Amino acid sequence: MFFYIIRRVLYAIPIALAVSLVCFMLVHIAPGDPISAILPPDASAETVAMVRKDYGLDKPLPVQFELWLAHVVQGDFGLSLANRRPVLDELKAAAGQTFLLASTAAVLGFVIGCVLGGIAGVFRGTLADRMAVGFAVAGISVPHYWLGMVFVIIFSVVLGWLPAIGSGPGEWAWNWVHIRHLILPAVTLAVIPAGLVTRTVRGVVVEILSQDFITTLRGKGLRTMMLAVHVIKNAAPTSIAVMGLQLGYLMGGSILVETVFAWPGTGMLLNQAIFQRDIPVLQGTTLVLAMIFVTLNLTVDLVQTALDPRMRRA
Amino acid sequence: MKAATATAAHIPHSKIAEELGRASYWREVGHRLLRDRLTMVCLSILGLMVLAIIFAPLLSPYDPLQGSMIRRLKPVGTPGHWLGTDELGRDMFARLLYGGRLSWFVGITPVAVAFVIGGGLGITAGFFGGWVNMMIMRTTDVFYAFPSVLLAVAISGALGPGIDNALIAMTLVFIPMMIRVSESVTASTRNLDYVEAARSTGAGALTVVRIHVLPNVLGPIFVYATTLVSVSMILASGLSFVGLGVKPPEPEWGLMLNTLRTAIYTQPLLATLPGVSIFITSICFNLASDGLRTAMDVRA
Amino acid sequence: MSDLLVRARQLTIKFAQGNDFVHAVNGVDFDLNQREALCILGESGSGKSVTLRALMRLNPPSKTIMSGTLNVGGHDVVAASERQMSSLRGPFVSMIFQDPMTSLDPVFTIGQQITETIARHEHIGGSEARKRALNLLELVQVPSPRRRLDAYPHELSGGLRQRAMIAIALSCRPKLLLADEPTTALDASVQIQILFLLREIQQELGMGMIFVTHDLGVAGEVADRIAVMYAGRFIEEGPVEALMQAPLHPYARGLLGATVHEGSRGSRLVTIPGAPPDLRYLPDACAFAPRCAEMEAACLERLPEFRHPVSGRAARCVHVKDRSDVTNTAESPAGVSGVC
Repeated sequence: MFFYIIRRVLYAIPIALAVSLVCFMLVHIAPGDPISAILPPDASAETVAMVRKDYGLDKPLPVQFELWLAHVVQGDFGLSLANRRPVLDELKAAAGQTFLLASTAAVLGFVIGCVLGGIAGVFRGTLADRMAVGFAVAGISVPHYWLGMVFVIIFSVVLGWLPAIGSGPGEWAWNWVHIRHLILPAVTLAVIPAGLVTRTVRGVVVEILSQDFITTLRGKGLRTMMLAVHVIKNAAPTSIAVMGLQLGYLMGGSILVETVFAWPGTGMLLNQAIFQRDIPVLQGTTLVLAMIFVTLNLTVDLVQTALDPRMRRA
Repeated sequence: MKAATATAAHIPHSKIAEELGRASYWREVGHRLLRDRLTMVCLSILGLMVLAIIFAPLLSPYDPLQGSMIRRLKPVGTPGHWLGTDELGRDMFARLLYGGRLSWFVGITPVAVAFVIGGGLGITAGFFGGWVNMMIMRTTDVFYAFPSVLLAVAISGALGPGIDNALIAMTLVFIPMMIRVSESVTASTRNLDYVEAARSTGAGALTVVRIHVLPNVLGPIFVYATTLVSVSMILASGLSFVGLGVKPPEPEWGLMLNTLRTAIYTQPLLATLPGVSIFITSICFNLASDGLRTAMDVRA
Repeated sequence: MSDLLVRARQLTIKFAQGNDFVHAVNGVDFDLNQREALCILGESGSGKSVTLRALMRLNPPSKTIMSGTLNVGGHDVVAASERQMSSLRGPFVSMIFQDPMTSLDPVFTIGQQITETIARHEHIGGSEARKRALNLLELVQVPSPRRRLDAYPHELSGGLRQRAMIAIALSCRPKLLLADEPTTALDASVQIQILFLLREIQQELGMGMIFVTHDLGVAGEVADRIAVMYAGRFIEEGPVEALMQAPLHPYARGLLGATVHEGSRGSRLVTIPGAPPDLRYLPDACAFAPRCAEMEAACLERLPEFRHPVSGRAARCVHVKDRSDVTNTAESPAGVSGVC
């Protein structure tokens, strides 16, 4: 088990490196001179020369990669083209906001998904099952940015109950003023993971209930509660793996929903970066989000192995 | 091994038997599909949509790019413009029809290309194993380390707006997914006895793949590809929604959602119409591919 | 009567399958007393497992339709509520299943699976339950039992897993032990050990046991009485030695004739031609008749009643002479199915 952990962590390192490489290449696939991608057009000649030296822009690509990596590891993602601030500063605030939104949506989506999926799996073939599956299919088919717009129309424009834009005034605080801004974006973002988790949990539960050991458990005269514990423990590894992945997708893929609600997270940051052709911000944000995703995957893998006794000897 | 070559002459017989076996399997699949009402309804809706998109000029007299500021934001049900007009006075119905062309094109093309390239690479990796497998799969792992939306946005963001860049970005996102699934499906057939038997008669690798592996593998890979279509359409429209992908004034459902956003306060129903099209298309593809998977699940 | 563990009269079980019914069990009668070991012998699809599971009402509830009388431990199983059944399972009757790999929960340890049964029925927890579990593992002769308590099923060999399953079944000291082909999934060498273990435990604890198998050798090792089952009916019953030496019913004779043993080297293998009937469309006649070399017209007219040539033996065949045909004394049979 211990060696498995070591191996898995070690394996993540080349992945992380390769991910950095892809992010590094983003600057170079952008049309035009890399300098224009990193520095604003009115930069002084000295700045241009310094940056050229710093990032080794005359040198071959592998060297450039090394230099860039050296900067990144120290937290230097460069300066935003739009407002000359260090990318990292912008990222820190934004990442916190996105994490807030993503985790709220995740909790919401997972709870709904597990409940609906469990009901559908246990009461397979009944109306409840069909309704749950119908909801799941609708959930994964809906364009969530459109759904967000629909929610805004219903709850903001027509009913006027909830705000349409932003995360509330000033710093985040856990008060109603701020929470009311969180509701619509979180629910919108939660729909897709809810649908996916419902599907997954349903499949897992159906498969478990068809196993022989369920008859043995019934034959022991166990109460329904204990049976549920057995089913849940068997269903946990796969379900948790899926949910972990979903959390990663939520963090990395929140741009569309954040755009709809002008939620000041990494998604908005990406959006603005695209709009303003601010490559350093684009690059830095992508890198950070991807690294979060890699770490999340690693954690999910390890948790899944820890939960399933059959995999511990691997 | 070579001693069995004497019986290699019998391969044509087994080949014919397999062909026949396969034909009847697909016939069975076809029958089950036809009996699945939900799937047939979805396929019909999709079919109608395709027809409407192709015959757009016949269905709408308006030019989707031609608008007049006087007639902007007319509501649904206005005489002459039964689905209203958008923020620049262009007829919504025409915009939706012509927009469908681009949305479908940008939605399906990346999946189709990924099916060929990703499928090919995945089957190769799954069939040969060893270091070929390792090289292909480890590279795939790197792309898998990105959430798909992020990867698509990052690549097309770096390349800049435009349909070509969006197509490239999305294809790059879907290829790793196709590789993974094709590799896994192929690897499981590789262990099947009849494949081993075929190889032991001295048949060349390409022959074995063509005759034994492909027929068993293409089905599941194709079904997986169909599940990706709805994801792809939503992603494609999503890219346009954030200013990548299709550029104005070209109509495309996602782009239309974006430009109509300010109209949600005055003409909410109008503003949601493009999204309804995406939703309907996406849910029909998902249900149909579910139905296809169920129909293929029965092994005679 | 307190000795009587099971009383079945005209037990009939059918399953709903689409628009048809599968008639799995068609009018089965038997009694079982304490300390008795009954073996239900039959091939796949004969209804033997369904009968066994019916005793604990473990057949799928939504699809199963039970009728007739089935009394287990004084409780009417056909009419009992699920709560009543659930209290019965464990303390009064328990079952050992065929494949211990798939019949044990893979994510719980053996110890946990034993103690949870004890906790459920006897409300004993913690170290006391664990001690009981340890004793049980020793009873079923698991080596290094303390270590095995914390093992997962996949970490044990087939024989050990089956012993663990037996330990679980015995955990609440049942009076009736049911075994559904407990050795079929095991290696030949391990089979014998498990069979001996079961026999030993049954006698030591004074339990009644009903054993289902298709293997004549197994039946011979463990049973006191054998009931041969075909197409959902008992077609012959009797004490194990007598029945195996001289079976009465053509099907039972065919089964014994088809056994491969040393003496059969060099001669042709005897088989029973044909196949068992479709249980959806069962005629009210002898179900074996289409395959029987001794078939007569009477066989197809109606279902033959049980004939008792001697006390304690019975067969449903027109060729078997009932002893009341030979003599006029009517001895009441001991321990064999009642209705005759």
